[in-house]
Amino acid sequence: MASENQTTTEYIQHHLQNLVFGKHPDGSWGLAHSPEEAAEMGFWAFHVDSLGWSIGLGVIFCWLFGRAARRATTGVPGPLQNFVEWLLEFVDGTVKDSFHGRNKIIGPLALTVFTWVFLMNLMDLVPVDLVPWLFSLAGVHYQKIVPTTDINVPVGLALGVFVLMIYYGFKVKGAGYLKEFILHPFNHWAFIPVNLFMEVVGLLAKPFSLALRLFGNMFAGEMIFILIATMYSAGLILGIFGGALQLGWAIFHILIITLQAFIFMVLTVVYLSQSHEDH
Amino acid sequence: MNINITLFGQMVSFAVFVWFCMKFVWPALTSAMEERKKKIAEGLDAADRAMHDLELAQNKATDQLKEARKEAAELIEHANKRANQIVEEAKEQARTEGDRLKAAARDEIDQEINRAREELRARVAALVVTGAERILESSIDEQANRELVDKLSAQL
Repeated sequence: MASENQTTTEYIQHHLQNLVFGKHPDGSWGLAHSPEEAAEMGFWAFHVDSLGWSIGLGVIFCWLFGRAARRATTGVPGPLQNFVEWLLEFVDGTVKDSFHGRNKIIGPLALTVFTWVFLMNLMDLVPVDLVPWLFSLAGVHYQKIVPTTDINVPVGLALGVFVLMIYYGFKVKGAGYLKEFILHPFNHWAFIPVNLFMEVVGLLAKPFSLALRLFGNMFAGEMIFILIATMYSAGLILGIFGGALQLGWAIFHILIITLQAFIFMVLTVVYLSQSHEDH
Repeated sequence: MNINITLFGQMVSFAVFVWFCMKFVWPALTSAMEERKKKIAEGLDAADRAMHDLELAQNKATDQLKEARKEAAELIEHANKRANQIVEEAKEQARTEGDRLKAAARDEIDQEINRAREELRARVAALVVTGAERILESSIDEQANRELVDKLSAQL
């Protein structure tokens, strides 16, 4: 725990607070020092930790894969290239299963989504108190290291996918894409308002479900880790029990983080393939 | 749970990472993999071809061996036949030569016999004449008796 005289509620809230950088009410820019200050900063504020960790992980991904690509040989591949190729082939296979159009962004997009989301989810397996404690030693009081438990991150990803969906919808189908909204599923002029309503809801549901599924799973997982961590301050027996629980949950969580990254990738590909195909 | 500008930061970094992946990671790796796949396929093809060639060569070798064996057998047979023939010819030659020699010998013997007979006849004639001379002890006309003696000796 960050400090001895915290209640459990405070402890949990502390763990759920991002490190926010924004404009203070007095007009100066800086880090928020309490949840209240952070809330006052409103929309025009950054979650320094979420952005930092996610961009950092993305840079690691790009650096690692870029290295493998730069040194790619057609001969016998080294371990790194082998691993990257294995992953790439896996992603490419999944893409080819559900995406039948021709688009050269879709493979790299799926690979980036899968690997990046997986890496961000992977931060969940780091013990919840470890990194915040290290940062508190350096005088930084809030640190959330799992970017996907910050709603901004999944929504940002999903909106990126949403933009691509709309873009390719228009690019591939042109005006036909708009026609889908008004003449589908009931192909009659009298049903245009109904169709429009249903299709727009359906369209908007896609990025939301995409974002909320990932966020919900990761947030809940993180929450359980935090709850288990509260047991460590409740005596020896509960502490040991908590340790066992944390181990079990972490092992189970390996499945969840991989699965969520995979689902996010597959849905991205499926949504984009819907933008490429006629109904 | 507060949405803020982090959202857009996330979108921008997402775009940058996808762009990076599309530009530097995906094409290089896929082309490398494609190329390797081609290489492996070619290698397998070559191996198949080599195996096929080997089989052909082996077949050819077996065929040639068989042919050679057949030829050798033919040659041996031929030689045997020829040898038999030569032996036969030699035998034949020897036989004719023998026959010829035998005939020559017989001729010679016949000649010898005739000669001996002539000689004998002449001797007998002389002997008869001498005998008759002795018996008669007279000087008969040798001329008249000669006829007689010749007749006698011709009868021998």
